[in-house]
Amino acid sequence: MMRLVLILIACLMAVQLWAVQPDEVLEDPALEARAREISKVLRCPICQSENIDESNAGVARDLRLVVRERLVAGDSDPEVIDFVVARYGEYVLFNPRFTLGNAALWFAGPVFLLIGGIISWLFIRRRSASAPPQDSLSDDERAKLDQLLGD
Amino acid sequence: MLSELGHIALILAFMVAIVQMIVPMWGAHKGWSDWMAMAVPAALVQFALTGLAFGVLMWAFITSDFSVQLVASNSHSDKPMLYKVTGTWGNHEGSLLLWVLILTLFGAMVAWRGGNLPDGLKARVLSVQSAIAVSFFAFMLFTSNPFVRLLNPPFDGNDLNPLLQDPGLAFHPPFLYLGYVGLSMAFSFAVAALIEGKVDAAWARWVRPWTLAAWMFLTIGIAMGSWWAYYELGWGGWWFWDPVENASFMPWLVSAALLHSAIVVEKRDTLKTWTIFLAILAFSFSLIGTFIVRSGVITSVHAFANDPTRGVFILMILGVAIGGALTLFAARAHVLKSHSVFAPISRESGLVMNNLLLVVATFVVFFGTVWPLIAELTSGRKVSVGPPFFDLAFTPFMVGLAAILPIFAVMPWKRGNLSKTLQPLWGVMALSVAFGALVWVLQTGGSMLAPVGATLGLWIILGVKLEVAQRIKLFKVPFSESWRRAVNLPRADWGKAYAHGGLGILFFAIAAITAWETEDLRVMNIGDRFTMGGYDIVLERVEDLRGPNYQSETATFALERDGIIVARMSPEKRFYPVQQMPTTEAGIDRSITRDLYVTIGDRQPQGGWAVRTYIKPYANWLWVGSIVMSFGGLLSLTDRRYRVGAPTRKAKTPNAAVPAE
Repeated sequence: MMRLVLILIACLMAVQLWAVQPDEVLEDPALEARAREISKVLRCPICQSENIDESNAGVARDLRLVVRERLVAGDSDPEVIDFVVARYGEYVLFNPRFTLGNAALWFAGPVFLLIGGIISWLFIRRRSASAPPQDSLSDDERAKLDQLLGD
Repeated sequence: MLSELGHIALILAFMVAIVQMIVPMWGAHKGWSDWMAMAVPAALVQFALTGLAFGVLMWAFITSDFSVQLVASNSHSDKPMLYKVTGTWGNHEGSLLLWVLILTLFGAMVAWRGGNLPDGLKARVLSVQSAIAVSFFAFMLFTSNPFVRLLNPPFDGNDLNPLLQDPGLAFHPPFLYLGYVGLSMAFSFAVAALIEGKVDAAWARWVRPWTLAAWMFLTIGIAMGSWWAYYELGWGGWWFWDPVENASFMPWLVSAALLHSAIVVEKRDTLKTWTIFLAILAFSFSLIGTFIVRSGVITSVHAFANDPTRGVFILMILGVAIGGALTLFAARAHVLKSHSVFAPISRESGLVMNNLLLVVATFVVFFGTVWPLIAELTSGRKVSVGPPFFDLAFTPFMVGLAAILPIFAVMPWKRGNLSKTLQPLWGVMALSVAFGALVWVLQTGGSMLAPVGATLGLWIILGVKLEVAQRIKLFKVPFSESWRRAVNLPRADWGKAYAHGGLGILFFAIAAITAWETEDLRVMNIGDRFTMGGYDIVLERVEDLRGPNYQSETATFALERDGIIVARMSPEKRFYPVQQMPTTEAGIDRSITRDLYVTIGDRQPQGGWAVRTYIKPYANWLWVGSIVMSFGGLLSLTDRRYRVGAPTRKAKTPNAAVPAE
């Protein structure tokens, strides 16, 4: 939670705007909805880790306005994002692009799971190699045994 | 004068810790019982001295002794008493002291209550625990001394960051630390066991309560932080996948894995090396959570250079603790032999899968958290990794976990039969899927998040209910007999039921609030009204009020349904003059199915205020789920086998002591 403290020190102190302002909202609800979705994946460049929708910083407001401007001009969502990235760098993307440089990040989960899965499987197989044969009690016998054991 | 006493107590505690680190370990090595025995009084004295130091610091905060630098820069005479007290740990130095206080408290508890622990193990555990304490005392005394005096005390203090002046955040750190430090206990037991070369059921039964307690406190701590963020930050976010949150979430995930694998060690005498490894891993993440966050290294490589002394110290502690323990692990793990066998379809296998999913999920979070750092160091690119990535990369593991949970929770140990286990669960599965489908129809398509979350949540909850019903033979025997069985069911089993049930509630809540939240943003003047979610919301008035150490602009909204006022909400905008910082206090009308959440923003140039309203469906279920989960941990912690029949090494068959499930 310290981050929140840091954010607010960084963002709040300077400018007192509360995230998206009523005057920024677009007339067309469909466009506005798209703007909000785009805003969620764009990071406020000077904040700790807030998206531009949540941020109170001036630069976040600028970005929100840019996003809306591009949308009104008829850009598609990816075009808007490209436009922002071209000016502010990859840093503003909360979702790192699927590029060669980021491949390790994106493949980390599946690769870890695969390796871990293989190790677990080998472990389980080794553990079961000398497992005793299938439980030889029939259901009736088991019920009886349970009864005797008081469970 | 008093402050110097605290300082001296801290130095003495440091000395005692050094002795306690060396003497009992050497004694255990040589088999000298008197050397080993000194660990007990030393641990108690260490705790007493640290307690004294902490008490002195707290007293300085309570009396606003501004000649102490820490108090001057983090307190103010106008601050409410509660926050003077909690301000003790609302800063770097004080929070470290709290950390060590808990560490020595846990050490003292082992010393005090560990009468039935074998002498050698106890000596080694306390010695390792003390080694951790030594590094923290050294860190504090050499780089972060809380008792530094000011030559010219200021007339008044700098005040505590207003965001920390809140009950949710005031008690958030102590709970997190209880969790982190609880994992240090598991770590100490793991290292001691590696040195001894012995891990058995009794060992597992000693480790499990600490892990359980740590997990429970982490659950509470994380939930509190989330709850605080929800009402304080003004947009009702409750999880941000922020590095600092991740730092507390990773130990939580690993401790969840650890407490499951420790069950296998305790009941089935296998998975030993893995459990030891997890114990080391869990505490490593705690240390990372404690330190890396402070050093700022995750935010930016350059922040590390701001205070090189602290940075180097932190690196040394991390290196020695994690590197040392892992080296020891590599050298000694082979002596830990497991004897029992189990079939691929068995509860053991299920718990292995649980561990696999939890640990890989942890690594995904870890990788995402440090990726900006790796990218910057390797290629100089500045990148961000945020919620969209984590949602995508992390969620599948939780879905997998939820899918297998109800099945393997009832699977027999050693060798199970999948079709037999599934037989009673088919109905539950069908019901859950039907529920998910219903949700999908009701929300008329759209995102699959809510239907999937609803299905999994119900699947877990009903699975738990079915398990308990089977255990107490509900409807199969007379009700009085079922009642008797329910009463006799070990608390650990009830704990399991509650913890799993809480998880099910969380699944549902997370999916629901994420998928169905609605928002409204507008400018309102006094007397304006609008309709949202079947309610009329009216801005009645906005007043300028004065708090003990802040100014407030408090709005009052009436919530009307069919012309009748059902609730009033008072969001505030506060301004803390000492720190020159504004904060928001949301007005929330809570109910079972939704929260109505209002915040008031700036006065607009053309008149009126920016008003932001949200309907947050099932928000309360987030906190309820967390509470139910930690209550499960508490129940399990009070299980009979931890209270009486204390773990001894004689028990040959671990199963005999505990009714087989």
